[in-house]
Amino acid sequence: MRLPLTPSQTVGPFFRIGLTTTIGSHVVGEGTPGAVRVSGQVFDGAGEPVPDALIETWQSEGAGRCATDEEGHFAILTIKPEGNVKDGDAPEAPHLDVSVFARGLLTRLVTRVYFPDEGEANDADPVLRSLGPDERSKLVAVREDSGLRFDIHLQGPRETVFFDR
Amino acid sequence: MSSSSRSVHPPNDFPAYGSTRLRAPKQPLRVLSTRLAELTAPLLAGETIGALDHDLTRQHDGEPLGERISISGRVLDEDGNPLEGALIEVWQANAAGRYAHLSDQHPAPLDPNFSGAGRCLSDSTGRYRFVTIKPGAYPWRNHPNAWRPAHVHFSVFSPAFAQRLITQMYFPGDPLFVQDPVFNSVPTAEGRQRLIARWSLDLTQPEWSLGYEWDIVVAGREATPLDDDASE
Repeated sequence: MRLPLTPSQTVGPFFRIGLTTTIGSHVVGEGTPGAVRVSGQVFDGAGEPVPDALIETWQSEGAGRCATDEEGHFAILTIKPEGNVKDGDAPEAPHLDVSVFARGLLTRLVTRVYFPDEGEANDADPVLRSLGPDERSKLVAVREDSGLRFDIHLQGPRETVFFDR
Repeated sequence: MSSSSRSVHPPNDFPAYGSTRLRAPKQPLRVLSTRLAELTAPLLAGETIGALDHDLTRQHDGEPLGERISISGRVLDEDGNPLEGALIEVWQANAAGRYAHLSDQHPAPLDPNFSGAGRCLSDSTGRYRFVTIKPGAYPWRNHPNAWRPAHVHFSVFSPAFAQRLITQMYFPGDPLFVQDPVFNSVPTAEGRQRLIARWSLDLTQPEWSLGYEWDIVVAGREATPLDDDASE
């Protein structure tokens, strides 16, 4: 028999007290070969920056965590992971799994960051293939001078594609 | 969200909680075809947890004011397996209902001996334990004369992405439950009950502290949305 799950609750506005010391924004150290800075802004449905969101990235190399600043900015230094090859499943393109927490979100939101230099792998990725072209493009980070940019829109015409938690 | 998750977790679109209005996504969540639970990240490489990080009453020169309590329990997956080495992080208001956070402007006193944050790793039986003081209720501006029931924020971080959980633990018999949209966003009475710790005489230390017990259940490592649906 399965045990019933503990329900989720919002992270609230004061999580910086408890959630910023243990896991940080560096999955890899500065200067690591292949290191890439994935950064972006979180916006609400009015297009305003969200200054109290928490972004977490997961990959086999480690987890990253960054709280947004007053302008909704976050940045995590990581490296591109290997694709996930699974028995019986089509191989997935390299990507970061992302959790978004914030005041006003009663559960975490889950999305993915794909890499713009993986066109062929992205074209074959089963998750991207399950989406329409507009949605697909929302999950691929944009190259900039400083690394990769991935903005998160919680609502609105540019709403990010979020997955079942 | 899968159908069983929907019945356990709050919906993001919950108008009684005003902050959801501009933040809850409007589009339906997409179901991932892949097995989320297989995604694992190494946990806390090189990180150490201090021996006293679980004790929020011993982080300063003096003792914090308030009712001294312990909170302990087990972290399990839904198949009943204990999670060893899960990182449990907690944060809370002080006994007066004030967070040691710049954005908290509630005119209740700060306590120089209370920062309100702790962390620990669950042991081989999934057990965790914190020592702290009971947090106070505090007002917020969600609706006229709105007050949050006393609660401790809990974050559970295991190597499995599907098991990630952030939630809040409440205290039994709190009269403020009836008007709190965050607590009441949990769709079932059974689910809400699972957010309330149990006072335990066994865990209460004579002449010292009140003991509360609270188990946390996260998704199974093999859980997928499809499995969840199939189990119903």
